[in-house]
Amino acid sequence: MVSAKVKITDKAGIHMRPANNFISAMVKYRSDIKIIHGGNEINGKSIMNIMAAGLKYGDEVEIICTGEDEKEMLKEAVNLIESGLEK
Amino acid sequence: MTSLYGTGVCRGYAVGNAVVIKTDTKKRSEPEFSGEANELERFKDAREKFKTETMALYKKLFSAAGSKNADILLGHISLCDDPFFISETEKTIKEGKTAAQAVNAVCTELYDIFFSSDDELTKQRSSDINDLKNGITDILFGNKGFSAENVPENSVLVFDELTPSAVSRINRKNTVAVIANGGSVTSHSAILARALSIPTVLGAAKATERINSGDTLAVDGESGEIIIEPDEVTAENFSRMGKEYDRKKEEVKKFINRKTQTKDGTEKTVCANIGNPSDIENVIKNGADGIGLFRTEFLFMDRDKEPTEDEQYFAYSSVIKAMNGKEVIIRTLDVGGDKNIPYLGIPKEDNPFLGFRAIRFCLKNRDIFKVQLRAILRAAVFGNVKIMLPLVTVKAEIDDAKELISECKSELKREHKQFNDDVPIGIMAETPAAVFSAEELAKNSDFFSIGTNDLTGYIMAADRGNPNVGYLYDTGQNAVLAAVKRIISCGEKAGIPVGMCGEAAADEKLIPVFLRWGLDEFSVSPESVPYVRKIISEN
Repeated sequence: MVSAKVKITDKAGIHMRPANNFISAMVKYRSDIKIIHGGNEINGKSIMNIMAAGLKYGDEVEIICTGEDEKEMLKEAVNLIESGLEK
Repeated sequence: MTSLYGTGVCRGYAVGNAVVIKTDTKKRSEPEFSGEANELERFKDAREKFKTETMALYKKLFSAAGSKNADILLGHISLCDDPFFISETEKTIKEGKTAAQAVNAVCTELYDIFFSSDDELTKQRSSDINDLKNGITDILFGNKGFSAENVPENSVLVFDELTPSAVSRINRKNTVAVIANGGSVTSHSAILARALSIPTVLGAAKATERINSGDTLAVDGESGEIIIEPDEVTAENFSRMGKEYDRKKEEVKKFINRKTQTKDGTEKTVCANIGNPSDIENVIKNGADGIGLFRTEFLFMDRDKEPTEDEQYFAYSSVIKAMNGKEVIIRTLDVGGDKNIPYLGIPKEDNPFLGFRAIRFCLKNRDIFKVQLRAILRAAVFGNVKIMLPLVTVKAEIDDAKELISECKSELKREHKQFNDDVPIGIMAETPAAVFSAEELAKNSDFFSIGTNDLTGYIMAADRGNPNVGYLYDTGQNAVLAAVKRIISCGEKAGIPVGMCGEAAADEKLIPVFLRWGLDEFSVSPESVPYVRKIISEN
């Protein structure tokens, strides 16, 4: 299990298009990914979970990856969020 | 002739015949439970079919509305592939429900989660969930789904709920307007309607109950008014306004990439005002000659500490690079007044508009100001950049700012960082003091930009937001115009360019006056650029 804390950088928060960009990158990995936000656990491969969580600009989240390719997965997840998900 | 009102989300006028489309009146033959394995299989097949259909819609929308807008439908494909949605639905099927019942139950639950959100954007996404539900259950029931493709000519579609896929299916040729009971300006459906430029009114309560198919409707997509069975004169007026609006829009389009010049061939500049790097797409689409006002407050808002130099450098560079050598005027931090940023610790004041704001705040908070100036000087190597100081009242403020800028330059030199040594420094002329000291200020500035919004408020001593004195807030008042004229002529005498970046720069009646006085640059919202260029060409 590996984890990292990161802040949401998308000004408009994580709505549908950014959430879709995120999960599209995450489903390529075999590991599981959880996003911890305000005590809630979000499945990082579920667009519905992510959208319903209403992640806002500046929110801090913890990302936890578990599985055989966890390190690569965490690295990409952090990179994506830090550089902004709205293409 | 009765009227009902909603929110206009896409401008335009239309008169047509209502086609009422209710989702809940569709005939559905409920198939019986056919065994767990079979229902799971049906669910899987329906999902595959939904994805194929949505992909086809995506391709259609892509060519009509562009990639960014069509991406909304790619989101629907992901919703359909969502592990939570699939596992919950499969669980419900295993409890003895048919595939359709299970999809219905799970989506209804998800809809409630989204709809009960405090966040308006998340709330609006509930109609995307409905799109998924209706799409998949239609497939399971063997319904073909409503086809807005086969409506007669001159139709006004009236939906109980307008989902993004319903908008994508609209036959643009035969549809003159769209109305829906629910929805708002920020819904995906509204975004798509604008991309397809169909006059649209959302949030018209009970529209599907008050309107019958076949009714004649007159629709105003700006004010949100819908007139049921208009009399002959009203209907004629609406058709005429519709034609006029379309004609104007087409005509204005021709000015997108033209040179800006007056009737006698004098060259002028029409620039865009932006408040965020993401506005740049719109600036380029509308063919602006540059950016006349780049507000930098966005970088400082919605966070708990000021942005770093690198953060600012990247934001400025992205805009400067995108403008590809065209002028970019960056206004330094304009906080205070009505723009409060909690972590900057500006104390509450009795008269914020006469208080500690803009350049006054920056000169007292040199650390914050220098970080911004350094970021701008560094980013300026990528193009044609100018620095604009807001709310200048005395020459000393310009001197102080210039001194800080030289300090930043020597620091950058010592640190061997690349920067542009030759960035013009001008002021936003927006205070009565600047009007009366314009000669002196012009000698110490590389350009003027008249901020008519604040200037009007200060000259007329009237708050535009106060309904009791709002009538005084009018840039067309002689006193305000005299101030504008004075600033332009002092700038001209000193040989510096003078622009304008307030709302008055897009005013059809005032533009000819400003041209006569010799205003060089008009900076307006990106959408207004071609319109202003057209007015200039006629004067």
